[in-house]
Amino acid sequence: MTPEELAGELDRVGYLPDAGIATAAYLALRMHRPLFCEGEPGTGKTSLAVALSQALDLPLIRLQCHEGIDATQALYDWDFPRQLLHLRALEAAGPVDADEAEASLYTRRFLLARPLLQALEDAPCVLLVDEVDRADDEFEAFLLEVLSENSVTIPELGRVTAKTPPLVVLTSNRTREVHDALKRRCLYHWLEHPDLAREVAILRRRLPGVTERLAHQVATAVRRLRELDLLKPPGVAESLDWAEALLALGRTELDAETAATTLGAVLKYREDGRRALSAGVLTGMTGSTIVG
Amino acid sequence: MTGAGASTGLVGFARALRHGGVACGPERVQAFVAAVDHLDLAQRDHVYWAGRLTLCSEPDDLPRYDAAFAAWFGGTPPRTRPGARPTQTSHLAALGNGAAKRNGRAPTLKVAASDVEVLRRKDIATLSPAEKRHLRELLAVLEPVPPTRRALRRTPARRGEIDPRRTLKSMLATGEPTRPRHRRRTTRPRKVVLLIDVSGSMKPYADALLRFAHVVARHMPVEVCTLGTRLTRVTRQLRHRDPEQAVAAAARAVPDYEGGTRLGETIKVFLDRWGQRGAARRAVVVICSDGWERGDTALLAEQVHRLRRLAHKVVWVNPHAGHDGYRPVQSGIVAALPHLDRLLAGHSLDTLHALLEEVRLA
Repeated sequence: MTPEELAGELDRVGYLPDAGIATAAYLALRMHRPLFCEGEPGTGKTSLAVALSQALDLPLIRLQCHEGIDATQALYDWDFPRQLLHLRALEAAGPVDADEAEASLYTRRFLLARPLLQALEDAPCVLLVDEVDRADDEFEAFLLEVLSENSVTIPELGRVTAKTPPLVVLTSNRTREVHDALKRRCLYHWLEHPDLAREVAILRRRLPGVTERLAHQVATAVRRLRELDLLKPPGVAESLDWAEALLALGRTELDAETAATTLGAVLKYREDGRRALSAGVLTGMTGSTIVG
Repeated sequence: MTGAGASTGLVGFARALRHGGVACGPERVQAFVAAVDHLDLAQRDHVYWAGRLTLCSEPDDLPRYDAAFAAWFGGTPPRTRPGARPTQTSHLAALGNGAAKRNGRAPTLKVAASDVEVLRRKDIATLSPAEKRHLRELLAVLEPVPPTRRALRRTPARRGEIDPRRTLKSMLATGEPTRPRHRRRTTRPRKVVLLIDVSGSMKPYADALLRFAHVVARHMPVEVCTLGTRLTRVTRQLRHRDPEQAVAAAARAVPDYEGGTRLGETIKVFLDRWGQRGAARRAVVVICSDGWERGDTALLAEQVHRLRRLAHKVVWVNPHAGHDGYRPVQSGIVAALPHLDRLLAGHSLDTLHALLEEVRLA
């Protein structure tokens, strides 16, 4: 496979990558390195992992990071209630040997596999570690260990090693700088907003009901909004929302009035809405300015 | 396969890149060579992406990488960028250009700032080298205590709310009703953000404040940025254990040391790049500045107001506020004052102590 072929595969499942994304995903696959994606919200970091799993026909395992996440939530946990019931059942059946009973408690059937362990067991698969910047520093060190070894040691059971390393995609919104040690083991890709033609193509691909003209108008308007100095510039996710809103309203054209009434789909701050209106981005957008 | 000659060329490019300011260690270079191995060395695009994916580690690296790539391999980098560059990067670039353009009309305001500064400098000059050394020692042994916030998670406790899970567990274990178990919320250190003005008018305090920031950074989760004509994040530099080396590294990283101040614009860049995404959310934000604003004070007011809505507390530390007869009349302070939780002095060790206390209780 070449990066271009991988791009074709991603295209097939509805994700339109540029050369950078395709090369990044290709190298992550070939070099067995995690892919660390950063970029503005709404540039398709998470959906890249989803698309990769679909394009490569692999299961997707998702680990959503949050503050205070620890090993029992990310790796594995013992199913305590079930162990207890098992012990009761043994007792009820008759006299039991204590050592034997204990050994029977710490077996795979009482182990709850959380995403990381699940990914190691189910590999080949796509492991998405979403918003890793939300987790604590300590968790990063722990993640680093699992990712670099592709294995984990469970004291009571032994070592679990992935037969083939899973394809790992980490995403970050840069709320916090992730430690260098983690980044060093990854391929780093900064995702940008797509260019106009690609954004039109994405809109058309994701929302088949949208006409070329409407997609073009939405993409152009969103592009202009991004150039304004907004608190939260709209991403591709927002242009999709907007186009979908217009579709739901049965519009085939984005005129100034419709744009103003549906602006809430793209801009989520009152200040941004006001700025967009006063900058006149939405006025004079019918007909002449748009190449159909 | 990559031949020996080709990989020497790639390593040479990596070295040039390091000179260009991208911190790519041997491990990254190794990954770069390995990546090219999987791709087509003859295709410039492939080499470009292989390098960008393995040698860069943050968005700030990208323009440097593009420049080094263009210089080494010739031509323009194949990166698609019809206005598709990250918004903050372009904003930072605009700031840099603006500084050059604005130098023309800077002097008038600069004089106003330095008039006051003459006095300040005299003040500091009266500190003998021995006294300065002593101050550094005193700063180094400060023991700041981080402010706390309530954590999401709970831990077992002797009293407090009933913990149903653990109570049930113990009942299951014994088969008998047991004493209820309790739990309570834990606390976690709250984030602290220090924004330090390093413009010309703050020169006497910049060194001491950076040392102060270093001490704080060693005791709690903190983000440190310097304000001037542009914003520079120095958290990484201050992570160094040794104060001398940390402060020297921070000073090296700041391109506009002792330049002008555009508080509004730099605070905006901070909020756009880090603040709104999380660094300033529910954090205690300390702005150390004398409030001499060369830019638009309306913008400063707007940005401090925005900061106020994101942060837990916004404290402004003004070295001048500690002097007799101080009145908050500097344009910047006047604009920001309505949005601040506290305005504190910060011209002496004592006032810095008071600041730590304020931060701890925030």
